[in-house]
Amino acid sequence: MNASKSTPLAYRKAVTRTTLFALFIWFFMSFFCSILARDYLDAHFPTIGHAPFGFWMAQQGSILSFVCILCAYAFRMNRLDRLYGYTDQ
Amino acid sequence: MQQSTLNFIFIAITFALYIVIAVRSRAASTKEYYTAGGGVSPFANGMATAADWMSAATFISMAGTVAISGYDAARFLMGWTGGFVLLSVLMVPYLRKFNQATVPDFIAERYYSKWARAVAVICALFICMTYIMGQMRGVGVVFSQLFGIGIPAGVLIGASIVFFYAGLGGMKGITYTQVAQYCVMAFAYTVPAVFIALALTGNVFPQLGLIGTIEGPEGPIPFLEKLNAINRELGFAEYTAGRLSTLNLFCITAALMCGTAGLPHVIVRFFTVKDVRAVRTSAAWTLAFIAVIYLTAPAIGAFSRVNLIEQLHGVSFEEVPSWYGQFEATGQMAWVDKNNDGHIQYFGPKKSENGTHRVFFGKSPKFAENSQVDEPVVGAYGQRLLANPVDTSNPNELFFGTDIMVMANPHMAGLPMWVIALLMAGCIAAALSTAAGLLLVLSTSISHDLMKKLLKPNLSDRQEVTCARTASFMALLVAAYFGINPPSAFIAKTVAFAFGLAASSFFPSLLMGIFTQRINRAGGISGMIVGMSFTLAYIIYFQFMGGSAENYLWGISPEGIGCIGMLLNFAVAFIVSFWTKPTPQKVKEMVASIHVPDNSGPAQSH
Repeated sequence: MNASKSTPLAYRKAVTRTTLFALFIWFFMSFFCSILARDYLDAHFPTIGHAPFGFWMAQQGSILSFVCILCAYAFRMNRLDRLYGYTDQ
Repeated sequence: MQQSTLNFIFIAITFALYIVIAVRSRAASTKEYYTAGGGVSPFANGMATAADWMSAATFISMAGTVAISGYDAARFLMGWTGGFVLLSVLMVPYLRKFNQATVPDFIAERYYSKWARAVAVICALFICMTYIMGQMRGVGVVFSQLFGIGIPAGVLIGASIVFFYAGLGGMKGITYTQVAQYCVMAFAYTVPAVFIALALTGNVFPQLGLIGTIEGPEGPIPFLEKLNAINRELGFAEYTAGRLSTLNLFCITAALMCGTAGLPHVIVRFFTVKDVRAVRTSAAWTLAFIAVIYLTAPAIGAFSRVNLIEQLHGVSFEEVPSWYGQFEATGQMAWVDKNNDGHIQYFGPKKSENGTHRVFFGKSPKFAENSQVDEPVVGAYGQRLLANPVDTSNPNELFFGTDIMVMANPHMAGLPMWVIALLMAGCIAAALSTAAGLLLVLSTSISHDLMKKLLKPNLSDRQEVTCARTASFMALLVAAYFGINPPSAFIAKTVAFAFGLAASSFFPSLLMGIFTQRINRAGGISGMIVGMSFTLAYIIYFQFMGGSAENYLWGISPEGIGCIGMLLNFAVAFIVSFWTKPTPQKVKEMVASIHVPDNSGPAQSH
């Protein structure tokens, strides 16, 4: 916890970056891969097992990635809190 | 031992468990009643929230919906899981820091107005009420199937159990019972799926079976390819192909996701944990537990579609598997012998010239009754005859409801009796856990937001809890009434309502409330009202006043319109806020403070 890191502004910036990054991955995995670019991915990407890529993303991959996003988000944010000294007691 | 005895034993054991837990965790204060005193561990809260989230409808019908709509079902699969990303990244950590009991509390303080609270309370009541009616119906249906006691008695038994532990234990009692209920549900959902995956694809994991291969006449072929071939042959669209337009699918998914993130009964779940950090961990656990079921559903749907078609299509009715009779008896399946050949034919829309595959007119089968002998009227092959007029424009003869994909699955795969009993117990756990969670939010909205904050500000702590218990009793009576006399077409359509409302009112208002200081009272309230009324008007016009699909705005169906309502809410709120008096300094400070995670402290300190 050095002095330059303990300002609320720096904390807010780091939180905003983490939030936007999480939302970007969320949008990319669900709306982009599973809906918008789905036909292209089905045709041009390798199949997952025997399922077309876009189809698998829509029914399995997106859900798996949501879980990963939330785990990473919780880990990263709780680490930021500690780093900037926002802990109880 | 008979199946019904075994069912009874399983359900009795689980009920005893729930009641013991509820009695051991009675609530003493309002804080315990509303938010379990803020002392639930993130892991336990994650499990409880997952149980709360999985309603009877999700548990029973989800796989069936996937089986019927194939790729398009992604809107539900992603909508109801992806919403948790929005919820936990944008909403709950900040609302938890704000540290009040309900969602209308935040809206009222952030938009500094009693009117804002009133609008929020009405939304919350409406969303919870539409949800809970469906749950009570679900409990009633399962009980009546189990014990043959008639739906009204089933609904009443379910209602009294829910009242017992929701009214007694408040959020504390509910949370710990839901942990047990999640375990029952997860087992009940995945165990049959594992058995079926093993039998059909030789894979222990259903998710791997879905993308694996299956034995064909000429060596192994990919399972999904076989499913596509079956669909093509019978005149359905390919399983992995979608039928909804990309824009419509996009809007429905977005509306379901944002709606999820704005549902008051999900948000308050995260007020039960210790601090902001525990909220984040808990949200990750919640989604992981939900994913267990949502990743299994697509596999169950696909497997049971193959099983169902192979066991019924082209089969002579006299040799139909015995489970068919059970579901025929409850009106979940029906067969109309259109070509009088005594064999079941199941065909899709591409097998008829006008593109329909309706078996009969009307939503569900009504069996012809012969009042004199009090026995069902049966046809030449022993099938029950329908009172509905038959649609003769297409060759499809088989009707089945979406519910049977999960319920009939163990029968189709010939699984042992205890698996079926487990499934029944899981189904009841799903309905009870959701109903209890909703009931709590309903009673809180009435006692805390309506009585204490709007009508009678000098209510004591003790009176408030009494009031909440009375309110939950009244709410349950209303829900039970609608469970017994369902406005049936209404319940199915109100799902669109609940999510549309949450997406167009709560989600944007909370989001703007948390992340901008610029949006003021006038902007917040007018945004909420415009977004909500647009969405309501659109849904009512197309669902209840017979608006036809050709007139949809840009081809967006009523389920997805909440997405547009949300954008309207944002736009109106920003424009109005720009022209009216800025937010007071006190509110600005409050908004700034919820972004600082320290001093969040344990909830009891308030």
